[in-house]
Amino acid sequence: MKNCEYQQIDPRGLSTPSSTQPYTENNVQRPRRKWEVFPGKNRFYCDGRIILARQSGILPLTLGLIIVTSGLFFAFDCPFLVTHLTVCIPVIGGVLFVFVVTSLLQTSFTDPGILPRTLPDEAADIEKQIDTSGSSTYHPPPRTKEILINQQVVKLKYCFTCKMFRPPRTSHCSMCDNCVERFDHHCPWVGNCVGKRNYRFFYSFIVSLSFHTTFIFGCVVTHLTLRSQGGNGLVLALQENPASVVELVICFFSIWSILGLSGFHTYLVAFNLTTNEDIKGSWSSKRGAEDSGNPYTYDNIFTNCCATLCGPMPPSLIDRRGFLPPENIPPAVAVDMGRPPFLAKNDTNMCTQRTKDLLERVIRSSELQGLWPPGTPKTAPGQELRARPESRSPAPSSSAGLPPSSCSGSADGPLPTGCSGSANGCPPTGCSDSANGHPPTGCSGRQAPSMECPPVNSSKRPSMHSNNPAFRLASPSLSFTHNTVILGDAPDMGFIPLH
Amino acid sequence: MAETHSLQDMRQQAAIAAKVFIQRDYTNGTVCQFQTKFPSELETRIDKQQFEETVRTLNNLYAEAEKLGGSSYLEGCLACLTAYTIFLCMETHYEKVLKKIAKFIQEQNDKIYAPRGLLLTDPIERGLRVVEVTIFEDRSLGR
Repeated sequence: MKNCEYQQIDPRGLSTPSSTQPYTENNVQRPRRKWEVFPGKNRFYCDGRIILARQSGILPLTLGLIIVTSGLFFAFDCPFLVTHLTVCIPVIGGVLFVFVVTSLLQTSFTDPGILPRTLPDEAADIEKQIDTSGSSTYHPPPRTKEILINQQVVKLKYCFTCKMFRPPRTSHCSMCDNCVERFDHHCPWVGNCVGKRNYRFFYSFIVSLSFHTTFIFGCVVTHLTLRSQGGNGLVLALQENPASVVELVICFFSIWSILGLSGFHTYLVAFNLTTNEDIKGSWSSKRGAEDSGNPYTYDNIFTNCCATLCGPMPPSLIDRRGFLPPENIPPAVAVDMGRPPFLAKNDTNMCTQRTKDLLERVIRSSELQGLWPPGTPKTAPGQELRARPESRSPAPSSSAGLPPSSCSGSADGPLPTGCSGSANGCPPTGCSDSANGHPPTGCSGRQAPSMECPPVNSSKRPSMHSNNPAFRLASPSLSFTHNTVILGDAPDMGFIPLH
Repeated sequence: MAETHSLQDMRQQAAIAAKVFIQRDYTNGTVCQFQTKFPSELETRIDKQQFEETVRTLNNLYAEAEKLGGSSYLEGCLACLTAYTIFLCMETHYEKVLKKIAKFIQEQNDKIYAPRGLLLTDPIERGLRVVEVTIFEDRSLGR
C-alpha cells in the first residue's frame, strides 16, 4: 500500500523533466561498452583494449622469471662477454628479449577467438530445430549434430552455456567460460586461452623463449668457462658470480620444458592440429579402420605452417569496445535503478505500462508524420508484450534445471594437460545459464570487476535492461491490474524526453 | 535523434514478424561460408535467385578475406618480423574486407531487402555464426 501511495504521488514524476534529467543524463551520457557486460570470465583493462582471463594464473611469475633472468644476464654476464668476445652478444640478447616479452604480452592480452554467446532469438531458433521431449527442467542428452567436412563426418557439440552448436575445432574453456575458436589449450603461464587469434603469438613466444633461454644458457656457460680458465677454477668462478649461477639454474630447468613444448607445437603446426585434438586423439588413424584423418590439413607441411602462422589475422568477434545498443525504452524507465528505494518492485510494471503508452503515442505521432501508414495496429506493441513473456518464461525454470548439464557441457571443453595443472577446478557454470547471454545471477565475481552488479542480476527486473528491446516490455506482470488502476494519469507524467 | 530511436524502436518492437537465421556451411572446413539454401519463410518476400546471389557474394567476400596467398603470407611474415607490433598500427587485410562486406550488406539492404520489408544483419555482429534476416510485418495491406 505504501508503494501505491508513493506511486500515485511520485513527486519526481509529477515534476518537470528537469528534475529527472540528472538521472536520465547520467544514464545517457555514460553509454556502456560491451566489455562491461561481457558474460565470460574475463578481465578487461584500458577500457576494453586488453583482455585477460579472470585467473591470470602465473603470468606475473612468467614475466618475472623472464625479466629477472634477462636482467641478470645483461647486468652481470654481458660486460664480461663484451670485453672478451663481441658486442653482438647483448644485441642479440636484447632482440630476443624484446621478441619474447612482446609475444608473451600479445598472447596474454589478445582475444583468443572468443565466440560471443547467442542472442535469445538465435538460441530459440536453434532450439526449434532440435527435437526436445519432456519438460524444460528435464536435462536433455548432449546434443550433437553431424556434418561433413571435406568428405569426413565431424560431430558438432551443443554448448549449453553459449547456447549454440560449436563450430568445428571450437571448444568451451571452463576456466574462462567462453567458447574459443580453434581452441588449443588454456595456458596458465600466459594467463589466457590459446586459440585461433593468438596461436601465432603463443608459438612465437615459445620459440623465441627457447632461443632466448638457450642463448643465455650458452652465454653463461661461456662466461663461467672463460672465468674459470683465466682464474682459479670453476668453483671459484661460480662463487664469484652468483648471478650467473642463478641464471644457469633457471635456464637449465626451463630449457627442457620450453624446448619440448616448442617441438610439440612445431609438430602440431606442421600437421594442422590443435593440442586439444591431439590429446583427445580426434584424428588418430589408429581409431577404427575408417579413414579418420584430419579434415583440416592441407596435406603439405609448408602450407600447414603458413596457414597457421602466417594466415590472415581474423578479427575479434566480441567487439569489446563497441557500445551497447541505446536503451530503446524511455530513459526515465531505465532510470528506476537510480531511483530512491521507495519505488520498489511494482515500478517495473508501472514502467511497462508507461512504455506501452509511449509506444502507442509514438506510433500515433508517426502516423501523423506519415512515417507509417495509419493501418499500423496499435495493438502491435501490446501483442509484442503479450507474446514475449512466453518466450521468457522458460528461462527461470531452465536455469533451475540446467546447472548439472551445463557443468557437463562445459566439461566438454578440454582440461588441457599440456600446460595447466590447475585446470581441475571446474566451477559450476550452471549459474551462467540463468539468462540467455546475460551475466549470471548467482555467481559472484564473474564479470569484469568494473561492472558492479548490473541490473540484469536482479530477478525482479529481468527485462528492463535486456539488450533485446522487446524483453524490456515483458516484465513479469505480478500486479499488473493493480498498477493499471493507479496509472490512469501515468501518460501525463513528464517522463517522455523523446518529445 | 530521438525520432530515429523511436523509429528503430517501432521497427524493432512493433513490426518484427519473424527472424530467419542462415547458418554456416562447414563443408569446406572452417572458412567462413554460409549456406545458400533458400529458407522457406522468405519465399513470399524475395526471389530465390536474388537471395542466393546475395549469399554467394557474401561467401566470396569472406573467402577473399581468408584467402591464403602471397599477400596474406607477406603480411604474416612482416608481422612476425616486427614481433606482431604492426597489428597495432596497421589495418589487416581481413579488416579491410570486413568493411567492404559491411558496405555491401548496407547496399543490399537499401536496394533490395528494405523495399521488401526485410533486413539483413551483418554476420560480424553475430560472431560470424549466422546471417540474420529480419522479416517485418507486411504493411502493404494497410496502405
